[in-house]
Amino acid sequence: MAFYVVQFLTGLASAASLFLVASGLSIIFGVTRIVNFAHGAFYMLGAYAAYTLTERLSGAFGFWAGILGAALIVAAVGVLVEMILLRRIYHVPELFQLLATFGLTLMVEDLVVLIWGPSDLLGRRAPGFKGAVDFFGQNIPTYDLFLIVLGPIVLAALWLMFQRTRWGVLVRAATQDRDMVAALGVNQKWLFTSVFALGVFLAAFGGALQIPRDAVNHAMDLRIIVDVFVVVVIGGLGSIVGAFVAAVLVSELNAFGILIFPKISIILVFLVMAVVLIVRPWGLFGKPEAAARRTPGLTLNPWRPLTTQERMLALAGLILALAVPLVAGNYALTVGSEIAIFVIFAASLHFLMSVGGLASFGHAAYFGLGAYGVAFLAKLAGLPMLLCLLLGPLLGVLGAAVFGFFAVQLSGVYFAMLTLAFAQIVWSVAFQWVELTGGDNGILGVWPEKWAASPSHFYCLSIGIAALAVAALRVLVFSPFGFALRANRDSPLRSEAVGIDGKRIQWTAFVIAGGIAGVAGALFAYLKGSVFPDSLGISLSVDALVMVLLGGVDTVSGAVVGAIIYKALSIWLVSQTDLSKLVLGGVIILIVVAFPKGVVGVLETIRNRRRSHSKDSSLLRSQIESAE
Amino acid sequence: MSTAPTLLSVERLSKSYGGVHAVRGVSFELKGGEILALIGPNGAGKSTCFDMLNGQTRSSSGRIKLLGQDTTGRKPREVWRLGVGRTFQITATFPTMTVRENVQVALLSFRRQLFNVWASTPRFAEVEAGHLLELVAMGGYAERPCGELAYGDLKRLELAIALANEPKLLLMDEPTAGMAPRERIELMRLTARIAREKSIGVLFTEHDMDVVFEHADRILVLNRGTLIAEGSPEQVRRNPEVRAIYLGEGLVYDARHREGASA
Amino acid sequence: MQRSRGFLGVALALAVGGMADSAMAQSEIKIGEINSYSLLPAFTEPYRKGWQLALEEVNAAGGINGKKLVVISKDDGGKPADAQTAANELTSSENVAMLTGTFLSNIGLAVSDFANQKKIFFLAAEPLTDAITWAKGNRYTFRLRPSNYMQAAMLVEEAAKLPAKRWATIAPNYEYGQSAVAVFKKLMSEKRPDIQWVEEQWPPQGKIDAGPVVQAVAAANPEAILNVTFGADLVKLVREGNTRGLFKNRSVVSFLTGEPEYLDPLKDETPEGWIVTGYPWYSIKTPEHQAFLKAYQAKYNDYPRLGSVVGYQTIKSAAAILAKANSTDPDKLIAAAEGLSVPSPFGQITFRKIDHQSTMGAFVGKTALKDGKGIMVDSVYRNGADYQPSDAEVAKLRPKE
Repeated sequence: MAFYVVQFLTGLASAASLFLVASGLSIIFGVTRIVNFAHGAFYMLGAYAAYTLTERLSGAFGFWAGILGAALIVAAVGVLVEMILLRRIYHVPELFQLLATFGLTLMVEDLVVLIWGPSDLLGRRAPGFKGAVDFFGQNIPTYDLFLIVLGPIVLAALWLMFQRTRWGVLVRAATQDRDMVAALGVNQKWLFTSVFALGVFLAAFGGALQIPRDAVNHAMDLRIIVDVFVVVVIGGLGSIVGAFVAAVLVSELNAFGILIFPKISIILVFLVMAVVLIVRPWGLFGKPEAAARRTPGLTLNPWRPLTTQERMLALAGLILALAVPLVAGNYALTVGSEIAIFVIFAASLHFLMSVGGLASFGHAAYFGLGAYGVAFLAKLAGLPMLLCLLLGPLLGVLGAAVFGFFAVQLSGVYFAMLTLAFAQIVWSVAFQWVELTGGDNGILGVWPEKWAASPSHFYCLSIGIAALAVAALRVLVFSPFGFALRANRDSPLRSEAVGIDGKRIQWTAFVIAGGIAGVAGALFAYLKGSVFPDSLGISLSVDALVMVLLGGVDTVSGAVVGAIIYKALSIWLVSQTDLSKLVLGGVIILIVVAFPKGVVGVLETIRNRRRSHSKDSSLLRSQIESAE
Repeated sequence: MSTAPTLLSVERLSKSYGGVHAVRGVSFELKGGEILALIGPNGAGKSTCFDMLNGQTRSSSGRIKLLGQDTTGRKPREVWRLGVGRTFQITATFPTMTVRENVQVALLSFRRQLFNVWASTPRFAEVEAGHLLELVAMGGYAERPCGELAYGDLKRLELAIALANEPKLLLMDEPTAGMAPRERIELMRLTARIAREKSIGVLFTEHDMDVVFEHADRILVLNRGTLIAEGSPEQVRRNPEVRAIYLGEGLVYDARHREGASA
Repeated sequence: MQRSRGFLGVALALAVGGMADSAMAQSEIKIGEINSYSLLPAFTEPYRKGWQLALEEVNAAGGINGKKLVVISKDDGGKPADAQTAANELTSSENVAMLTGTFLSNIGLAVSDFANQKKIFFLAAEPLTDAITWAKGNRYTFRLRPSNYMQAAMLVEEAAKLPAKRWATIAPNYEYGQSAVAVFKKLMSEKRPDIQWVEEQWPPQGKIDAGPVVQAVAAANPEAILNVTFGADLVKLVREGNTRGLFKNRSVVSFLTGEPEYLDPLKDETPEGWIVTGYPWYSIKTPEHQAFLKAYQAKYNDYPRLGSVVGYQTIKSAAAILAKANSTDPDKLIAAAEGLSVPSPFGQITFRKIDHQSTMGAFVGKTALKDGKGIMVDSVYRNGADYQPSDAEVAKLRPKE
């Protein structure tokens, strides 16, 4: 019995750490709607800063001053980031800020290694909380008890701050309706800055408090960021109590789950999230999200099919691409194939995001399923390559059909997180089912047949399929189905009122996107000759998201450009420098600031502006006529 | 007109949220070609009624029959398939499409082409979409991005969308709200003309009594969720209870300057 | 290459350009090196220092039969797919004679499969998985560092002497952890049929929730524990275990923990008396090692980690293979490498013909605390040649060529 009590307390201690970080994220998201990918980076910076300070300041006072000081310093860094970077991009479409914070995270990961060195650092134990107390023969670390008490204290403090101060009232109002608060004449800028500072403070504080029990290292951010997002979503976005309950739920389920299934930790949070979201689409304490407002001024230019001239241009581009093997070497061609494959992958996600308004955070699942589909067919069934390429993606289709059915019942961030949960579940199956998938050692020897084996042939194959896929998606965009999908994105109310079954349309779109991602995955398997669980992983999903955002969500084919830029740049950087993350992150941030609608988005705006100059006069005339 | 078939019959329709009764036992009928106004002060339950009629909201009790079919609890899209067009109090259109495309979407849904992945929508039923836009005097705006339209134009566009499925019944929730007085009269005249020509039944809510009394064949008065009066404009106008409610709101129709009525 | 250009209607002049490219590299020999420099700097930095030292020494001694040795190093970001891109660049654009490096097992396997497909010689430096030389072994791939099996066999030798009968295991939940536990259990049960496995914990790699794991293991009340976690997970496990008294009166056997990479971060919290494999650089007094240590400290003003030795020996071995083959032809390199004996800081090592595994060994000893730092004591070098299954078994494990 004593054991279960202690295990429960241990779970509570884990929950407290998780809650501190999660609450900050929840507050930031609630008010600014920023999906702050850099939250983990601030957590990590908190730990590093605390390490440095506590090593310098001696004694009990020095330790605690170091912890608090670290959190404050990092919060100040957060304020700088908010003022210099985020302020510039509040007006751009939702999720674009995700890109900026993603870039920031990449940079921080390399920066901490440059500043603090590559080795794991062992921080001091907390003075006064070094030992354990005996509980019927079981030891409970006193630091755990400290954390268990701290969690509810922070919760209470936040609650009081939000309920009893004018600032808190404003923040709560802003959580519900940003525009209303702005209309009340509140200085929204400083409200956002202060909220961001508080959120970052909590993240850094959570990180700093880890130093007595963890090793400070440069991978801490990724270890926590996804879990924290999951906790926030399970609890319900913007709900701090929800974050607390979710943190306790997840930690306790883990603490007791591992007693029965020792391998459960790897997937537990995602299972919990999937179940919670299917049963309660807005998390435990969340409220239905207000329909996302589309930023005015960004979507004024309706999409149109390419003109004949533009079609010729695209064709010329394709022919040019197909002529590359005449001049390029094998390596360039292989890189070219990889880029082409990522064009397909990014285009499929782009279709879902821009036409369907469905931002999937787990699109790699269908890419990876396509790759595994090919690997199974080629290695287990021994089918010829052409057949594998045709049938392999069906596994992606199947996955998309099953998961998409549940996912499209949700919207916004909840949709994103459910897709992430499904992707992680698929990933962990691939990772754990060693007999079938080889686990993390993957399936090797999936090489193309002779006719496609040479780099130039494979390149032409990839480019050809990429061109087909992009063209097919464009046809789809301007087909009745594409319009129905867009109609549902633009106004679910209106589209339902003109007989459109939005969920079925979205589900179909999800399956189509999954299938095309599967095609990309199938090609990828042959390009690399092997399949690893990586191809289902979060980082690949994020890559795809970055490509789409880089190209521009509000464009028809922005992902093509986004994929080319991102993939070419990252391959080149990885090849040139060990600090590729630092440079890539910096470039991403620059692009975010310089091209707030994505590269293609900005180009289109310029083009439209030029065109509307000539059209304006005639429009005006017709307006006057009809008014008369 | 009495020979026209009954389009809509509502029996003891109620809706309560928690313990609050938004709509209580409302019953009425509507025939083809008839224009029926639903009026009442703010919070009387008009919009709730509308939402129940087209399936947006589930009724707590009561029955709705559309064209002889029981549609209680059906989804909006199913109600639409039976031939019901709907406009919203706050317009709902597709802001990223052109005006014409807005109508085309409704048309392609009507023709069950939603899962067509091959045809080109910009060329789909262009002519018909053009006709519908002409009908609501929006022909000159066909290529304009919908997101740029003035509010009054949006209302007219919504009407064109609502007409795309050749409806037998139009549900219009405050069709003229937010419009200039002159536009209001024009829009309602337009609606009335179309309704009479195509023998469409119209149920609308409205705050502008000028519009109501000029165009409604019959008026239903709702107050605190209950129907308190029903009859011709003349009958309703004389009803003391109605006068009390509306006088209380300072809303006396014939005292107002009827600008634009003669335009 | 020629044929593929024919496919599209040929530009001969460009093909000539390609040939000129390979002609230029006559005066030097290139090795393509790939490792997870950005993902795992703690392990790959010392490794890089090691091979840079070796490279310097090789060229100072006249290079490879008079030709200068050049190492072109690429980062793989910790992703198998990126490692393949790098391998491709190295072989296609840089025309390297062989590939070396890699740390993670899955990346090692990916590059090994690439090598097999493209017929390139590959000397895997650090990946531990048994698959790379056995189940998924191929004729182009050799491996330097003692494998999972070898490390397990070395530890089992000591572990079997313990009186403990109730054993628990803690291992990261991925192939390395799983196969380490599996091999250890198998070898242990062969020597000690009397022992029981009472508990197993599989925390996710890099994400251990140490409190509940420690508590769960303690609840099973084992007499001994096998640990396979490393890095930050190990630190957390040790800290929680120390606080909660998990290691008190229990024997612990732990993979790799004696390597400075993993032992040093534990500082004054290093648990005492764990039986570990590792690299006690401070207490190895052989002349080979002394020479290496001196050169390393002179160049970097830092002490070597195990990665330094592996990196050093990788390039030293590669140079020996290239020198013996006196050619960059892969088949000749394989022929040269099979059975080749080379000196190393740990003494003479041999690349076995049967499975291409080197006989480089490891030190087995016990952890101890000295001046607030963790060290290995009572450490003995175990020659890798002595901790292999029989040749017949190995032949069965490897796929038929």
